[in-house]
Amino acid sequence: MRKYVSFFKLRFVMGLQYRSAALAGIATQIFWGMMEILMFRAFYEADAAAFPMTLQATCSYVWMQQAFLTLFMAWMMEGEIFEAIVNGNISYELCRPIDIYDMWFARSMANRFSKALLRCVPVLLISVLVREPYGMAAPVSAQAFFLFWITLFLGAFVTIAFCMLVYICCFFTVSSVGVRMVAVSVVEFFQGGVIPIPFFPEKIREIVELLPFAAMQNVSFRVYSGDLAGKALEKAVFLQVFWLIVLIAAGKGLNRIAMKKIVVQGG
Amino acid sequence: MIEMSHVSKTYKVFKRDAGAVSALKSIFHREYEQVHALRDVSFTIQDGEMVGYIGPNGAGKSSTIKILSGILTPDEGTCIINGLNPWKDRIRHVKEIGVVFGQRSQLWWDVPVIDSYELLRDIYRIPQVTYQQNKEELTELLSLEELLKTPARQLSLGQRMRCEIAASLLHSPKILFLDEPTIGLDAVSKLAVRDFILKHNKTHKTTVILTTHDMQDIEALTERIILIGKGRILLDGTAEDIKDGNENMDEALAALYRKLEI
Amino acid sequence: MVLYIHYFKIQFKSAMQYKGSFVLTCIGQFLVSFNVFLGVYFMFRRFHTVNGYTYGDILLCFGITLMEFSLAEAFARGFDSFSSILSNGMFDRIMVRPRNEILQVLGQKIEFTRIGRMLQAVVMFLYGVGKSGVEWDAPKVFAVIFMLLGGTALFSGIFLIYAALCFFTTESLEFMNILTHGAREYGKYPVNIYGKKVLSLCTFMIPYALVQYYPLLYLLDRGNLWYIFLPAGGFLFLVPCYGLWRLGISRYKSIGS
Repeated sequence: MRKYVSFFKLRFVMGLQYRSAALAGIATQIFWGMMEILMFRAFYEADAAAFPMTLQATCSYVWMQQAFLTLFMAWMMEGEIFEAIVNGNISYELCRPIDIYDMWFARSMANRFSKALLRCVPVLLISVLVREPYGMAAPVSAQAFFLFWITLFLGAFVTIAFCMLVYICCFFTVSSVGVRMVAVSVVEFFQGGVIPIPFFPEKIREIVELLPFAAMQNVSFRVYSGDLAGKALEKAVFLQVFWLIVLIAAGKGLNRIAMKKIVVQGG
Repeated sequence: MIEMSHVSKTYKVFKRDAGAVSALKSIFHREYEQVHALRDVSFTIQDGEMVGYIGPNGAGKSSTIKILSGILTPDEGTCIINGLNPWKDRIRHVKEIGVVFGQRSQLWWDVPVIDSYELLRDIYRIPQVTYQQNKEELTELLSLEELLKTPARQLSLGQRMRCEIAASLLHSPKILFLDEPTIGLDAVSKLAVRDFILKHNKTHKTTVILTTHDMQDIEALTERIILIGKGRILLDGTAEDIKDGNENMDEALAALYRKLEI
Repeated sequence: MVLYIHYFKIQFKSAMQYKGSFVLTCIGQFLVSFNVFLGVYFMFRRFHTVNGYTYGDILLCFGITLMEFSLAEAFARGFDSFSSILSNGMFDRIMVRPRNEILQVLGQKIEFTRIGRMLQAVVMFLYGVGKSGVEWDAPKVFAVIFMLLGGTALFSGIFLIYAALCFFTTESLEFMNILTHGAREYGKYPVNIYGKKVLSLCTFMIPYALVQYYPLLYLLDRGNLWYIFLPAGGFLFLVPCYGLWRLGISRYKSIGS
């Protein structure tokens, strides 16, 4: 375990170094958030009755999405890992006495959390200052706030576990480009990255909420403003844990098969 | 003729120390350092001369080449090449030079070499007759016949280098800059490249400026050697001056580097 | 121009060397913008109109913007990937050749895979033409052509700014995404739905509204005829972009890479 912790630390510090990238990212995120909210405002003004969440909850959702973008977006997958798989540098990693799956998991976590840490504070600070109801509201209750953090981490782990599956799939395909792009698009849409899941048509929404993608950013962002509570919340958290276990198990299983394949075929 | 006189160039470089603390610190504050790439560099090279330009890494070799090829403007000093100022009359100047960067390719990776040559013909506006003549001559001397129809990415390093050199000479430049042209090549390819450069210099009177770490290149090709260290010209002479009685060129040079503390 | 066509041929030949990856990337391009389309579709199933624009109007607007963006991305890809052209030394090679740098940078990369996105844009536009009930006549056809030309010029200008900024810094350019991908993302709706402030920003700072909103008003019979000439602003925008590029080059010549 200790080696994964030190690996996490190393990557975390590396992630913190990109200061100007973070600054630029923050500016981008704030702009994105504002435009998104302006768009939702236009729709709200067009037909407030058709709005599935409160405008305030929607705005908080948008701001949280921008602040924690690096935790949940599938395009944050690391190019270096794909390259290592494709050009065979992976064999160096195999020489080390560590589990590839655990190492990459630690690495992805460090990468995502270090970037999120740099970016979320300024974005949240500014979003709190935006005037009601367009800014970031306070959490509805202490309990919701507590659950927000729990489900935030759970969601980030689900995202990473899913990305791990994508990495490992690339052992079995010739070109990683296709797999990667499909994965990125699917994750973005079905986790509520383009529009929040409550805005989906009812029938589609019911199915989408069962998918692993709904166990990513969707839960925590909606718990925060009380949009998700009671029975529905219990179900959502259960699904998060369920998918996390399934995805990790599947990833580890596939990883074992992939490693065997490499050893047999020589990469 | 190349005349470089009293050329100096200084860069500002951002300093970063290792470690988590300084990484965090650098978020708020950055330090810069002045680096003197070139200090008061002067030399003259006659038409048709072959000159080896050597020195340890970071000595200022590539800055010099960049100034001579018009990419970099020096802080002080003047440089006149065949009557032109390279960085002010860049477009006119670069028509007359050919550059080979040993570690980078100028050929289009995925298409046959001949396609790259035809594009270069259009880029340099080479008249069809001259192009044909040069292409035929280079093809024969560098034995490219078989290679021209192959995409560049499928060539071996040695084959590619031969094609690169030909690509730099299609427009009959008066000056040829060779930056580590034999790096990573096997013995046969090295000899072929050296042999060709010698011949080309004899028949076309092309001025050749060669930067390399390979002392055998220098011994085989150039009579004159300019040694640069820490941005200053330390020696302008012959291989014998560097050898200084020593048998082995590499050892002699290493001893010289130590003595001069560069 | 002859030289550019030659570059074009070589780039096409290169792209065809990797047919499999070419097709996959095209599909990927299609998927990425399909997400956005799906978002719009779901929103309109719920809301039907926004600011008086119908679903068909929005498709028309989105289709045109996406076409402009795809064209600019395909042909000005050299600017978009300029940071790598700088870092791998390719720009030094460009500088030792006796031709205009911009032409060479453009020739360095032409992204044919954007045809995936282009195709979707065309389909969306045609669907919008059917749904929006616009009655087409000559000025309206010209309006669309001018929009496409002006918009492509505008986006290319933004890519040129990006490339010029690469001379000054290499790491903090993510904010340029605001201008490029931001415009593509939010250009799906006419800029006035974002409010007055955004509209005036997009009229006077970066003239998105000139190539998108005003001529669209004419298409939907809500604006004056002279609105169709406003996309010329996209070309005017290229002038300051080029100035910044020249500044970047002179900096490059004084400090090197």
